[in-house]
Amino acid sequence: MPDLSALHKAIVEGDAKASKSLTEQALSDNIDPLEIVTQFLVPAMDEVGSLFEEEEYFIPEMLLSARAMKEAMELIRPKLAEQGSEPIGRAAIGTVKGDLHDIGKNLVASMLEGGGFEVIDLGVDVKPEDFIQAVTEKNANLICLSTLLTTTMPSIKLTLDALRDAGVRNNVKVMIGGAPITQDYADEVGADAYGETARTAVLRARELVAK
Amino acid sequence: MHDLLKQLLSNGTVVTDGAWGTQMQARGLPIGEAPDPWNLSNPDKVEEVACAYVEAGSQIILTNTFGASSVCLDRHGMADKAFAINREGAAISKRAAQGRARVFASIGPSGKMLMMGQTTEEELQASFEEQARALAEGGADALIVETMSDPNEARIAVAAAKQTGLPVVACMVFDAGKNKDRTMMGTTPEEAAELMCKAGADVIGSNCGQGIEGFIGLCRRLKSACDKPIWIKANAGLPELVNGEAVYTTTPQQFAQHIGALVNAGASFVGGCCGTNPDFIRAVRETLA
Repeated sequence: MPDLSALHKAIVEGDAKASKSLTEQALSDNIDPLEIVTQFLVPAMDEVGSLFEEEEYFIPEMLLSARAMKEAMELIRPKLAEQGSEPIGRAAIGTVKGDLHDIGKNLVASMLEGGGFEVIDLGVDVKPEDFIQAVTEKNANLICLSTLLTTTMPSIKLTLDALRDAGVRNNVKVMIGGAPITQDYADEVGADAYGETARTAVLRARELVAK
Repeated sequence: MHDLLKQLLSNGTVVTDGAWGTQMQARGLPIGEAPDPWNLSNPDKVEEVACAYVEAGSQIILTNTFGASSVCLDRHGMADKAFAINREGAAISKRAAQGRARVFASIGPSGKMLMMGQTTEEELQASFEEQARALAEGGADALIVETMSDPNEARIAVAAAKQTGLPVVACMVFDAGKNKDRTMMGTTPEEAAELMCKAGADVIGSNCGQGIEGFIGLCRRLKSACDKPIWIKANAGLPELVNGEAVYTTTPQQFAQHIGALVNAGASFVGGCCGTNPDFIRAVRETLA
């Protein structure tokens, strides 16, 4: 296996420039893009997640790593598509209707992408219909709902109800997260999982699509 | 110290107000809609909220301007109304206070991240300066920069508020880390105290992010890190879902039980944040009476 520990380090340290040039180099050296993802990028983001949980890292460091990850993935994604690699799942993610806070959502989106998912980022203030559309038209098999505000927590339940009313609830797993969310809340609204941190969100997501 | 602060503090612990957003929702503000434009479209409803706090015994009330900086309002296509929304917000609270309470006008975070390039220091500075000027013109007695997570943004907002010559309170939200004693950006209470004092804040403190129990340690740490009076506004615990709605289950009496410990830990200004209402303020007043 080629030694791409410098790429791992660039992701962990949030060096987007190095991440981009090292990925370019690796791809031009004909290293298997899937191997770059599974052997270097995923473990690097796992390490970032652990550092966050250990309080070595806070949001700024996570964001820098996520950005470095994104630079690498933008180069790798087309190569993966060329060779017909299937993502482990298709995740549609957004903040629920009424909520404009996207920091947490963006972190989870980049961690999911690093975790091997195809991510359909629906952005902020996302209407339930748009989540439904992501399932019916883009074949999302995982929906991730985020809210920072307690005042928009009811939008999570509304979205779940809308998925059920549209007859697609059984085609998709739903994971929820955000500052005011708890496991109890997830159970009560009937979500399939609660992603407490960006790292655990990826672990839960992998479990959900493996089921 | 500003004369206003001296005067307020001469009679012991000062009781501030509670949450506004939920009070506005109870008066018809739809979920997800920005409350601040109501200063122009529904000033009577906003004044009802302010009056409710004055009647409950708040010695300081805030304003419906938390999200009224032009950078925030831009998300709702109303950046050009920022000055008017802020000026009216201060004027509404002033009318409601009728001299029975002081008006500390609220300046909240922009919701954009400097480090990710979503906004610039220049844009934030211009936006906060405009907001502070408008609040002063509307008759605010003091300004409060609250719920800040990013130390850089807090510094810019405090400096902008200081330009009005009014006393300035600066508060950050500590809701990250295992002990909930860091801001989202990793700032500790000690670091926060230093930077807020350096930026020129006359009072420093913390609001939002957690229930009142968690504020006792934070308050002590802020107090021992500087020589400014401390301002604390705590949430009514963590919300639970009841019949599809997020409900805070801490009662006014449970909340008020912790006020004594908070005052012992060095708090000079006490009040509530998310999940609190005028009943909480009444209970806090009774505890301190």
